[in-house]
Amino acid sequence: MASQEIALIDERQPGTSFVERLHGLVITVDHKKLGLMYVGTALGFLLVAGLMALAIRMQLAVPNNTLLEPDVFNRFFTMHGTAMVFLVGMPIIAGLGNYLVPLMIGTRDMAFPRLNAFGYWMFLFGGLLLYFSYLGAPGLAGHGSAPDVGWFAYAPLTGRAFSRGHGTDYWILSLLLTSVGSTVSAINVLATVFALRCRGMTLMRMPLFVWLMVVTNFMILLALPALSASQVMLLIDRYLGGHFFDTQAGGSAVIWQHFFWIFGHPEVYILIIPAFACVSEIVPVFSRKPIFGYPVMVGATVMIGLISVSVWAHHMFSVGMTSVGNTFFAISTFLVAVPTGIKIFNWLGTMYGGKIRLELPMIFCLGFLFQFLIAGLTGVMLAVVPFNWQLTDSYFVVAHFHYTLVGGFLSGMFAGFYYWYPKTSGRLLDRRLGFWHFWLFFIGFHLTFDTMHFPGLLGMPRRVYTYDAGRGWETLNFITSLGALIQAAGVLCLVVNILRSWKKGKVAGNDPWDAWTLEWATTSPPPDYNFETLPVVRSRRPLWDLKHPEDPDWKYD
Amino acid sequence: MRPSLSLRPGILRALALLCACAAWLIIAGHVTQAFGNPSGTTNIFRPLSQPAQEVQELSLLVIAICTVIFLVVAGLLAYTIIRFRQRAGDEASEPPQIYGSNQIEMAWTVLPILIVFVLILVTSRSIANIQNREASPDALRATVIGHQWWWEIRYPKLGIVTANELHVPASDASGRRPTFLKLESADVAHSFWVPQLAGKTDLIPNRENLMWIEPTEIGTYLGNCAEYCGTQHARMLIRVVVQTPEEFERWVGEQQQAAAEEASAAEGRVVFFANSCVNCHTIRGTTAQGMFGPDLTHMMSRQTLASGAAPNTPAGLRAWVRDPQAVKVGCLMPNMQMTDEEVDKIVAYLQTLK
Repeated sequence: MASQEIALIDERQPGTSFVERLHGLVITVDHKKLGLMYVGTALGFLLVAGLMALAIRMQLAVPNNTLLEPDVFNRFFTMHGTAMVFLVGMPIIAGLGNYLVPLMIGTRDMAFPRLNAFGYWMFLFGGLLLYFSYLGAPGLAGHGSAPDVGWFAYAPLTGRAFSRGHGTDYWILSLLLTSVGSTVSAINVLATVFALRCRGMTLMRMPLFVWLMVVTNFMILLALPALSASQVMLLIDRYLGGHFFDTQAGGSAVIWQHFFWIFGHPEVYILIIPAFACVSEIVPVFSRKPIFGYPVMVGATVMIGLISVSVWAHHMFSVGMTSVGNTFFAISTFLVAVPTGIKIFNWLGTMYGGKIRLELPMIFCLGFLFQFLIAGLTGVMLAVVPFNWQLTDSYFVVAHFHYTLVGGFLSGMFAGFYYWYPKTSGRLLDRRLGFWHFWLFFIGFHLTFDTMHFPGLLGMPRRVYTYDAGRGWETLNFITSLGALIQAAGVLCLVVNILRSWKKGKVAGNDPWDAWTLEWATTSPPPDYNFETLPVVRSRRPLWDLKHPEDPDWKYD
Repeated sequence: MRPSLSLRPGILRALALLCACAAWLIIAGHVTQAFGNPSGTTNIFRPLSQPAQEVQELSLLVIAICTVIFLVVAGLLAYTIIRFRQRAGDEASEPPQIYGSNQIEMAWTVLPILIVFVLILVTSRSIANIQNREASPDALRATVIGHQWWWEIRYPKLGIVTANELHVPASDASGRRPTFLKLESADVAHSFWVPQLAGKTDLIPNRENLMWIEPTEIGTYLGNCAEYCGTQHARMLIRVVVQTPEEFERWVGEQQQAAAEEASAAEGRVVFFANSCVNCHTIRGTTAQGMFGPDLTHMMSRQTLASGAAPNTPAGLRAWVRDPQAVKVGCLMPNMQMTDEEVDKIVAYLQTLK
């Protein structure tokens, strides 16, 4: 132990000054540093956008509250949604992919290291530009501030007649920048996986994490151009006299919705599949069994990817599509539930008959499974078109997608943080604080988002800055807001834990979880070159083979 | 290595469990109470009209199916965690390594497909029932036009224009009289949602949407704009007043009359027409022909002002005329900077518009 500790300190080169280290970050093209920068920056944005959510919840805690002005409230929910999707979700995915994919496939870096750095800086400046709108967006006569058109920015509210000032312009331009970042990062991950796998690592021997990252990044390439193109069209509408979405000149408001959701629905899967990826690595290791039905898991993910590009208009059941159109999108949406169900069953199958170690990464995965199950089922309810006519744009939908993104995506990411943090820092996150984080967040989450379904069923529309008493919404909203505070306390535990454990945590060693994939075969943190000699693998679990020479996996391949 | 879940004294655990149960009970109590609330309800599970009733029946079926799936899968999950968790002192050996089973995976692929098949059938049937309904010749037809942030309501065949309150006749066994609504928008997208009557349909500019209702019980039904439409999206409430056919006919008769011209309100009338009120508001039979704001011909017949932002009482009306921005900040009616005297006169005039 002691010698390892000394080695760790040497890795970090004490004595370099703050400015030198900062300079190191600016010029770095190392996939591990960039990965951590992605995740770190995303966590920063998570705190900002989370505080905005807290303010929103405080405003809605009691009826007819005057804490936030209507316009301030509208900006807050727009910025909260936009930031959570583009400045938290997307960069965390990019960060995880960056850090872990090269290690898992046994190579030294990404295929295009400089492009990798470029992607990060595009994301960072895009994010800063979005928030700069608070200062930069006011236009003539002081109209405008941060964007207040909602994160899906339905036309024609974004036209110049209704969105004065430059809030919408900032929304467009900042997202165009982050989209460039996401696109190059996706290209990079794909090129890395297809070109740089170590010897013996056939596609069907890749860890599931890598497979799922491949699917996600393919979907990014497929979906993001739809958003970027429609944003450019909107910009043309606003400044060059185009009439794509300008209804007063014969443009179509519905076509914007189609364009947006052709991006927006795959986007949901782009976010949730990396959470699947984390869970698919962690559940086997903490159940002490290989993943159940690996080829089926790969197939199901690819199916999700394929079907998810044909479900977009289920966000639009109330725009007045024909009954045939509505039926088509209902069917495709039901179909996507099948491979998703298969995945849940396969995780269960992995746990069944194992020896489940209830360590922090695992309990976050269990939270994920439970919450994602519910999110999936409310999703099925939403696909029932007539039911959807009642539920859409109500708080039920808000509860549903927060269940997916907080209960699903974020829980999966938290599991990943606890699992891979020791690899990135060489130290474990504090167990006690971790359990505080889990329980506070779990309780807060369920208080908030379980309760939030009911105001929707009682007729509360989303995106209202206030409401009158007397429709049964008051107490439910108060409980929802209370839960938000508890969740915030949970996240605070995580932040303190991450900062404190970086220098003071228990030393982890190379392989603290007794895991099986290649990233655990190198030191923690890995050296710049990742592996002294590039590994050669013969099965899906190279470290299992190493630890169990009497019963290696490759015998069954 | 310590056993995994950090062991606390049993008493603490029991206490925590107790708290959780208590909290759950309290929340469940409130939910039940909220759903039982009879007054001013917008509960989707208390439908009093088609198509909301058909939607409710379908939704109960779907909720039942989803609940069964949830109980089975969550039960399996809980069983697996408890049954297969690692016991203290059992860390030495690894469990049997199972890589998968084609039969089992086939089973849990086919079963969801069957469930999905059933869902597809019931969903498509219900979509067709609701969306493909033809308007009978005697159906009432109305046009609802969304504005930032109020509703314009027109009955083209009856020659009525009003705002924020849609009057329709009730149907009963002896006579079914559905109302078909044509939905349009004057500016941005809105959505018409009165939960007890029907699901949402959007009002989209440069597009005509159609929906229908067939309420069976008289009463006033509340709803909201359900598509974010800018600053005052929250204060864009719609009311549907369902009346007996006789009362509805009487209401139609009243609305078709020209605006009242009472001598007592002559001063207020002068102030009204001297200000720019007329640029935005119509009072039928006068020179006030503005199209931008609600028609005021019979404004005193309405329950609320500013799309539900204030009650239509003398005090409410006074506050609204004096400074609309104080009642509904950001609304498109400006503060006309009138003196108290002028406000009193205009309010007196408006109150004659019954």
